[in-house]
Amino acid sequence: MADIKKLVSMLKELDDLLTGCMRCGMCQAQCPVFAQTGRETDVTRGKLALLSGLSEEILKDPEEVNEKLQRCLLCGTCEANCPSGVKVTDIFLRARAILTGYLGLPPTQRLIFRRLLTNPKLMNNLLSLGSSLQGLFTKDADSVIGTSCARFNAPLIADRHFKKLASKSLHSQTPHKDTPSGKSGLRVAFFPGCVTDKVFPQVGQAVLKIMEHHQVGVFMPPNQACCGIPALSSGETEVFDNLVRQNLDLFAKGKWDYLITPCATCTATIHELWPKYYGDKMDAVRVKDLADKVMDVSQFLADVLKVAPKEAASPAKVAYHDPCHLRNTLKITAQPRQILAAGGKYAAAELPGGPSCCGSGGSFNIKHYKLSDVIGRKKAESIAATGAKIAATSCPACMLQISDMLSKSGHSIPVKHVVELYAETL
Amino acid sequence: MIRDALKNEFQRIVGKDNVMTEPAELHAYSYDSAVLDQTQPAIVVRPENSESLGQVVKLCNENGLKLTVRGAGTNLSGGTIPHPGGVVCLTTALDKVLEINEEDLYAVVQPGAVTAKFAAQVAAKGLLYPPDPGSQAVSTLGGNVAENAGGLRALKYGVTKDYVMGVDFFDVNGELIRSGGKTVKCVTGYNLAGLMVASEGTLGVFEKLILKLVPPPAAYKAMMAVFPDVMDASRAVAAIIANKIVPATLEFMDNFTIRTVENFRKAGLPVDAAAMLLIEVDGHPAQVEDDAAKVESICKENKAISVRVAKDDAERNAVWQARRDALPALARVKPTTVLEDATVPRSKIPAMMQALDRIAKKYDLTIGTFGHAGDGNLHPTILTDKRDQKEWHRVEAAIDAIFEEALALGGTLSGEHGIGLAKSKYLKNEYGVGAINYSRRMKSVLDPNNILNPGKILGPLLA
Repeated sequence: MADIKKLVSMLKELDDLLTGCMRCGMCQAQCPVFAQTGRETDVTRGKLALLSGLSEEILKDPEEVNEKLQRCLLCGTCEANCPSGVKVTDIFLRARAILTGYLGLPPTQRLIFRRLLTNPKLMNNLLSLGSSLQGLFTKDADSVIGTSCARFNAPLIADRHFKKLASKSLHSQTPHKDTPSGKSGLRVAFFPGCVTDKVFPQVGQAVLKIMEHHQVGVFMPPNQACCGIPALSSGETEVFDNLVRQNLDLFAKGKWDYLITPCATCTATIHELWPKYYGDKMDAVRVKDLADKVMDVSQFLADVLKVAPKEAASPAKVAYHDPCHLRNTLKITAQPRQILAAGGKYAAAELPGGPSCCGSGGSFNIKHYKLSDVIGRKKAESIAATGAKIAATSCPACMLQISDMLSKSGHSIPVKHVVELYAETL
Repeated sequence: MIRDALKNEFQRIVGKDNVMTEPAELHAYSYDSAVLDQTQPAIVVRPENSESLGQVVKLCNENGLKLTVRGAGTNLSGGTIPHPGGVVCLTTALDKVLEINEEDLYAVVQPGAVTAKFAAQVAAKGLLYPPDPGSQAVSTLGGNVAENAGGLRALKYGVTKDYVMGVDFFDVNGELIRSGGKTVKCVTGYNLAGLMVASEGTLGVFEKLILKLVPPPAAYKAMMAVFPDVMDASRAVAAIIANKIVPATLEFMDNFTIRTVENFRKAGLPVDAAAMLLIEVDGHPAQVEDDAAKVESICKENKAISVRVAKDDAERNAVWQARRDALPALARVKPTTVLEDATVPRSKIPAMMQALDRIAKKYDLTIGTFGHAGDGNLHPTILTDKRDQKEWHRVEAAIDAIFEEALALGGTLSGEHGIGLAKSKYLKNEYGVGAINYSRRMKSVLDPNNILNPGKILGPLLA
């Protein structure tokens, strides 16, 4: 363990960012975790006060602060609504990196990050092995949503209703793609992201179908690495750098106009976090280039290809969930709704109570499943309240969470990605 | 440190999960929204029902533990900063709206109910709960009553105290005291509910509130008037009231605030204007038309450069967005934002504005002023960096000067933020020693162990 003075001096670097918080407490209105617990340590203002306390040595136990700091979905809703404009995500990610550097990660987690996540080939092989074996341990939960649950008592799975790993991942269905630009005159690089690749290959296929329909060339290199958000949000900055570098090298091998992803989290990470946190400053130009060109798939379809909503006589209602990373970080809310209506078959139904986090938050779901569950159940109820027979969103991680929640609460509503519904009409 | 036996007692009352004693947890309750020093409690408890709330109060009294009740902690005068080593009692789990009565126009709520959520539930039933403090998205009704919170609609609709029909509260012995009622008229006994309003947690612990509701106005119209001179704007305010028009809202922004907001939002605000008035009239449609026309001409008679009347909801929203942006925009200029609420009779607003200008120059500080011109409640907002000690001393001196000035003009120390810790030292300047002694005698009988939010309003009591 490093010297506590060193920790304090590193935290002092956050001082300018931390003093921006005027402790007005308005974040309480936004925070999905606080809404459940009503505790100051669970809301942004409290967490910022804890970091200040640690850096001023009023608090002496970094472990305790770190534990509280982890109880955050990083949904960014507080930041998007902060009167003082405090850069909450920035502070939390930096603080997590500092604290992880000081405290270290649990060995298993570190092993997964360092050995597995940074080695896409190994990870793909392991997960496809997992996919072929998972039937032994699971049984069907809801056939409409396509969820499973544990066959035996399994602590890691708990009472989750999860989407199984796809029997054939996207990268084994379509190992790579390199097609010329057609009539559109455009070529996109395609970054499906881990969850699309391993759990929802049909989302990736929908994107490919749509690109083909609009005659957009696709460059999809094999062995893509994770976007890095799990590593970054756990404070593993070296692993994050490694992953970004792998992707930079990979996508440099082709010529393309936009980098598109069907994952709100991947898009936000590449756009916002790659340029901000990638450690190798020599590569700044390459990172910026990618960050400037990355687009959510709906954003690309609506803003670049000008795919417009089509009038329909009696469109089917689809309950649309705004992923936090699109809504708060990238301010993208209109385009997915536009693409949903573009096939002339569906129309977005708004959730009562307005947009809110689904409670997934990546590893938050693993570390704080109970809280994640309470937040997610509310989301499931608000989806059911629309009366829609289908739910849709623009983030595969949200799809996992919402499927779990709808399935467990007995609402047999299938969960689709917006592009799946659009591709279906082509 | 709190003894284990006491901790166990608290756990027995509110459950293990609702008792916090870890250093990080205590640290998170050592502050509120006021720019004041932090002090840590020894224990934080979160009762989930009235019964355990009463038991918490009783246990504190029996053991001489200082008790600070806390809702959202948005207090701007330090009223929810705990006594060092004391107990913080959270009301965040006591957040139910128990009844909204549409026949008799009242509601019954628990103290931890969030103001805006409650107001939305009331609105869904076609009624209005008018008090709308700036922090309403998170503030709790218990806190609103304890501080007698104001808001943008205070000019016409009054402040929280005008809507409190009854308060049920625990005395220090944990006995439930009922006061007020559900009738429009009620003169039974002392006006204990009135006593509880603005008592800042020093006289009792709220268990339940009965609040008055009103029918909402049928129509409204918003407008934005731009003035070349602060004095002209102030004269327009006085003239509107003198012409027997009471707008629902009559807000003021100074040049610095206008420029800062424009810089923040780029909404096309008049950056050269010395001042802006944001006005809304409401009521019967015909009267609204009439009032709006009169207000417009009064502004013009008082040298308004322009008066923009909102044509629809979108334009109305643009007017109010400018006002809503005032604090966020100012807050971004410097790290520390000191928001004051010195209030003067509205005829004295021009004098107060001149005084603020003088104070800013004298102490070499940046002060943006906006606020509720219609009721004389200004928010001079000092933009500073608390880490700059030299400047911070000047800020403290400037705050003293602001209050001195407000009192000299026949005003008051606080329009809506309360006295708390921040302003208790000025109290005698406003009311004299007699009022303080009377209040202290009253408190010493009602709270002989001085456990209820000690130090707030009245300053430290002699034993």
